[in-house]
Amino acid sequence: MDAKSKVFGIIGVENPSHPGHDLSDSVQIIVTFTIIMRTIVNIFHQLGRWCEPVIEGIIRLCGISAIIFVFGIFFFVFREGMGFFFGGLDIVEFLTSPEWYPTSVSNKRYGVLALIAGTFSVTALAMIIAVPFGLGAAIFVSEFCGPKLKETLKIVIELLAAIPSVVWGFIGLTVMNALIIKIFNVPIGLTMLNGGIILALMSVPIIVSIGEDALKAVPDSYREAAEALGATRWQVVYRVLLPTAKNGLLAAVLLGVGRAVGETMAVLMTTGHAVNMPNSPFDSVRTLTATIAAELGEAPVGSDHYRVLFIIGVLLFTITFIVNFVTDLVIKGIREKA
Amino acid sequence: MFNKALRAIVAVAFCLFSNGCTKKDETSDKIVIQNAGSDTMVNLAQAWAEAYATVKPNVSLEVSGGGSGTGIAALVSGTVDIANCSRQMTPAETERVVESTGEAPKEFIVGYDALAVYVHKDNPLAEISIDQLASIYGEGGDITEWSQLGIDNSECANDEIIRVSRQSNSGTFVYFRSAVLGKKRDYKLGSRDLHGSKDVVELVAHTPCAIGYSGMGYATPEVKMLKIAKSPGDTAYGPTVQGVLEGTYPIARPLYMYSLGTPEPQEQTYLDWIFSPAGQGIVEKTGYVPVGQK
Repeated sequence: MDAKSKVFGIIGVENPSHPGHDLSDSVQIIVTFTIIMRTIVNIFHQLGRWCEPVIEGIIRLCGISAIIFVFGIFFFVFREGMGFFFGGLDIVEFLTSPEWYPTSVSNKRYGVLALIAGTFSVTALAMIIAVPFGLGAAIFVSEFCGPKLKETLKIVIELLAAIPSVVWGFIGLTVMNALIIKIFNVPIGLTMLNGGIILALMSVPIIVSIGEDALKAVPDSYREAAEALGATRWQVVYRVLLPTAKNGLLAAVLLGVGRAVGETMAVLMTTGHAVNMPNSPFDSVRTLTATIAAELGEAPVGSDHYRVLFIIGVLLFTITFIVNFVTDLVIKGIREKA
Repeated sequence: MFNKALRAIVAVAFCLFSNGCTKKDETSDKIVIQNAGSDTMVNLAQAWAEAYATVKPNVSLEVSGGGSGTGIAALVSGTVDIANCSRQMTPAETERVVESTGEAPKEFIVGYDALAVYVHKDNPLAEISIDQLASIYGEGGDITEWSQLGIDNSECANDEIIRVSRQSNSGTFVYFRSAVLGKKRDYKLGSRDLHGSKDVVELVAHTPCAIGYSGMGYATPEVKMLKIAKSPGDTAYGPTVQGVLEGTYPIARPLYMYSLGTPEPQEQTYLDWIFSPAGQGIVEKTGYVPVGQK
């Protein structure tokens, strides 16, 4: 009884109606659990002595698994497309023709120029909208707003990131479509502009949260030093924080670009999915990702159409690789200068 | 103390275990028929499945859409029992099914559909000919504005015809291409290729400049179905049950279901039920044309 009441004291529970009776089972379970856990810890302790090399190996494997996966995926995607890449596909036509007729009966044509133009134009438009808003919000959240508003804003922004892309697509298809038709008096609202706005809304949360982290990482001594020299808050941001945090901010923007290039469902639903070389934001376009998503399901495994979709996958891979590589170079260049 | 804890654990484990067992017993005599394919038919297939659940509670049907091409691809890979198709399988596809599964697909015509051409409800156009449709949708066709059809579509801002089409694995896409554009002709690029029959009607309903095609079962009061003439100057007929039965509506088509080889007994029972008055009544209710009458 003595030990039991001690435990009650520890877990801070009182049971006035049946003292000690209802809780005795749970106390026993807790004690049993503790003993079992201690035994397990002991076993691991013993194992640790001669298992260390094994565990080290496992951790090393975890470390390089990313590399293995990337190469594995690249190998798989490339292998599926290879047969057609080396035998039959006219690379020049593939990259320079806007005619995409993969299921034509008489004259199949595999030109992805319009799709590339679609991907780039929608991404560029999305970034034109998202970067000012995203970085502006990051600066506001990190530097200008009070702690209470900051917490609220961060929660709301995270909520924005949690909306599934198909829901974004749905908003684009129904709400934005009607709005764009009404506001701009254009025949159809499923356009580059619609896709760009939706993609911007989707990438803003990423830009804000990473950008805010980058600004937070700037030591407070910088701010204090600047303020001590009589700088206004805006001067602190513009002259001190932005130059110091530029690597992090650039990373935030490029992660936003990555999100926009790779997004599939939302652009499939909002851009109109029309093979078309865009001339203005009010043209419908089709992106590389949406084409793969829409057509891979039916393309017979092993057919030219199937293989060409995998070649588009390789193309997307290459585009993101180039974006990342250029980022690395830019960041390195900035570092060396600084 | 230990004994009690042990007993509790054993009791919990026993509960879980026995529960698992009874669940398994319940599911083991439940038969699942996988049914996928045509988006035109997905509402119909869903309605059949729901009604059939009351007829045979031990048979459950798992229905999904995705397009006729997707249904055929699933039949090739053996992941569905019955594929829905709003077009006939091509010989090449049949061959692929035989190659990969060793069984020839068996064809059933389960209903008819008049492929309707939809425009916005405020569009003054009432009828159109197949040739005009081909000039609107076909590669090299020269009709791009509503005024070229001799109407004044005043709701449409710049008079441009917005073509609404379907993704290339859709049976409707393939049927419309062969029936309207001709066997070898391709679509004009730049049409909005939507992913579902319902999406086409929805987009046309909200877009005064649009024209689109979709199954007659998807008609709503927000859109208008055009009457269609075989060639210019001929009488145009609307997509009605009568028009399909008499063969006057030029772009009517059968709706197919394909099973792998001879259907399993449970699948056969299901197909028999589809052809029964109850099953065909549902065809009529979902807006399509029953087979029995033709």
